[in-house]
Amino acid sequence: MSKIEKILKDHHYKRSRIIQILQHVQAEYKYLPKDILESVSQKLKMPLSTIYSIATFYAAFSLTPRGKHLCTVCMGTACHVRGAPDVLARIEEKLGVETGGTTDDKQFTLETVNCLGACALAPIVVIDGTYHGQTTVNKVGGLLDKYHEKKGT
Amino acid sequence: MRKKARKDFRLHLLVCAGTGCAANGSFIIKDALEKEIVKQGLEDEIAVITTDCQGFCERGPIVIVQPDGIFYHRIKKEDVPHLVEEHLFKGRPVKSMMFVPSPEEPAIPRLMDIGFFKHQRLIVLRHRGRLDPENIEEYIGFEGYSSLEKALTRMTPPEIIKEIKASGLRGRGGAGFPTGVKWELCRTSPGKKKYIVCNGDEGDPGAFMDRSVLESDPHTVIEGMLIGARAIGAHKGYIYVRSEYPLAVKKLLIALRQAEEYGLLGENILGTNFSFTIDVVQGAGAFVCGEETALLASIEGKVGRPRPRPPYPAEKGLWGRPTNINNVETWANVPVIIARGALWFSSIGTKRSKGTKIFSLVGKINNTGLVEVPMGITLGQIIYDIGGGIPDGKEFKAVQTGGPSGGCIPRELLDLPIDYEGLSKAGSMMGSGGMIVMDEDTCMVDVARYFLNFTQEESCGKCPSCRLGTKQMVHILNRICEGTGGEHDIAFLEEVGRSVKLASLCGLGQTASNPVLTTIKYFREEYLAHIREKRCPALVCKSLISYIIDPQTCSGCTVCAKNCPSAAISGEAKKIHTIDQTKCTKCGICLSVCPPKFKAVKKTSPAVQ
Ligand SMILES: Cc1cc2nc3c(=O)[nH]c(=O)nc-3n(C[C@H](O)[C@H](O)[C@H](O)COP(=O)(O)O)c2cc1C
Ligand code: FES
Repeated sequence: MSKIEKILKDHHYKRSRIIQILQHVQAEYKYLPKDILESVSQKLKMPLSTIYSIATFYAAFSLTPRGKHLCTVCMGTACHVRGAPDVLARIEEKLGVETGGTTDDKQFTLETVNCLGACALAPIVVIDGTYHGQTTVNKVGGLLDKYHEKKGT
Repeated sequence: MRKKARKDFRLHLLVCAGTGCAANGSFIIKDALEKEIVKQGLEDEIAVITTDCQGFCERGPIVIVQPDGIFYHRIKKEDVPHLVEEHLFKGRPVKSMMFVPSPEEPAIPRLMDIGFFKHQRLIVLRHRGRLDPENIEEYIGFEGYSSLEKALTRMTPPEIIKEIKASGLRGRGGAGFPTGVKWELCRTSPGKKKYIVCNGDEGDPGAFMDRSVLESDPHTVIEGMLIGARAIGAHKGYIYVRSEYPLAVKKLLIALRQAEEYGLLGENILGTNFSFTIDVVQGAGAFVCGEETALLASIEGKVGRPRPRPPYPAEKGLWGRPTNINNVETWANVPVIIARGALWFSSIGTKRSKGTKIFSLVGKINNTGLVEVPMGITLGQIIYDIGGGIPDGKEFKAVQTGGPSGGCIPRELLDLPIDYEGLSKAGSMMGSGGMIVMDEDTCMVDVARYFLNFTQEESCGKCPSCRLGTKQMVHILNRICEGTGGEHDIAFLEEVGRSVKLASLCGLGQTASNPVLTTIKYFREEYLAHIREKRCPALVCKSLISYIIDPQTCSGCTVCAKNCPSAAISGEAKKIHTIDQTKCTKCGICLSVCPPKFKAVKKTSPAVQ
């Protein structure tokens, strides 16, 4: 069975589960590839436009491929008052991309989130699922370098 | 089961494994403790146990030694051998790893003597740090699911509703609607098929009590929903959890499976004719989906846009059927009310707000974490007695409550008793319970701009007043923060703010102006400083500040110049350094690397021309 068949089957081909289906597609491919959305549309007999309206409404979905590492900066209130905007600006400068973008070498995608519910550790930067709390502008450089080094491995 | 085994040990080490502590490396500490205990031959006397969130998240990793309740915080791996030898082997608690409220005060050994814990009143968080959320037997060991049994076998549905009404419980998701009344509306709504929903979207940035409850005590939420379902006559429930909380989803799924295995979910629960099942649905990163009608649309697999009410969900909810939706914390209160009675519950709190509320105390505060307090406690008690005041000797300026719908409350109102009415009177609201503390270094205009940016981005776009009004306000606030605003802008903001409030469809738009209106009300002079003097008193707004080096204290150590990413700093070793303002991007690295003994790099406002 193809990957997509399996995902749809897990959700009993239910159209009401489209958001969860897209989440699984994204977990599998790291974004929502166009051809996969087309096949979801055919198999669920659901207009492609409806699927796109959902995929663009919810911030968790990405329609473009992401880089190897996903760097997410929390811009929630607690992180904001403890200096998140400076941290984000520094990361944008260091990576040479704006929020939402992917570096030319496809190493990093930079995104923001509104609160991870770990505000006690503010400001927080998450890289590939690992939380880095109490980040500062001058810690950012070293942090990103650590992931860059892993390039070869 | 675990309880019996626990008795066999002389001491228990409780290692907090909540999200905060785990991110701070609590599992590394746990491993190190276990290894060291074996090394020192204590494994038959001492057990190491992981617990759910203790609430004092910033102090992680946290270890509590029972039965004495000795509290250790910010433990490092290197500290472990010393801790094991001194305390566990020789019986001498280690002062240097204990909590110290301030440099002038002595260390406090016992958890219950620490201000952060002492003033709390735990109802929803009653199992805090005491049970393993992945083991239903532990919950049952604390009389879990006995309220369900009572509700199923000794109470009729109208009696359950009567009890909840009499308790005075109000919704903890924001608006504070009386829970029992809501249940009754849904119960009496015509229709055979009814639904129950638990709102775990927790969109307010800075609030994380729902995450903590779902992760630490999922069964209390499930039990609450079961009781509600019985009262209302529903057979299917949904728990909607935001996608940013994967651990909460995992713990919930484990808890649901165990409850099914124990016959607490499914057909003929506890041998009665009552049947009920629960599904977990994950959100996908849209703040507006916390609004009830948008949330229901999202469960149905649609774009989450709110719709006008009435009809309320109690009449027409999921798939057009009567639906009762409550917040996580609301549900978690229900089993306790059924167990201990409405009279007991309503003896806590104020005249119109009963029971407790969990707040997340974050921002510029010494003791960051989750606190559960009786309604009616004052803001000052929360910030000073529990929160330990503001770090680094700075001045308290304001506290923001209610998330993007709330407002900023100034120091003049520190004596304000915290309940639904008190917060609304101050121009803010309860919201889900985030309390973001701000000090003299927080710019109130920037905070207002932050929230308006937030609501503008999260507006679903359906109604023009919200879509366009928030955008207008962001434009004006940007102008003011950049120093190009005029004095008329304040009146303009107030006018737009009031129209958006009146003309918007859902709570998002109706409350979006609160952060602006309250900051203008309480901090007008800060707006005026930005407008008239092009000065940001808190030294936050980038366009209005400059970084400079104080020639009096610069010793020419060259650290700032070496670290400046824009090569904007010049100066030789042992000579005074200067910043080229045309090259400076105001990233702030020079300030953060300048050695504290010199403190030569400073921020100044208005900006140097
Ligand atoms: C924009 C907006 C966002 C909301 N977000 C949440 C939320 O994250 N969690 C929540 O429980 N209620 C939220 N609410 C309130 C819900 O609409 C609803 O009133 C609540 O879930 C009812 O539960 P309660 O009576 O137990 O408080 C939000 C409301 C609005 C207008
Ligand atoms: S504000 Fe960043 S984790 Fe809550």
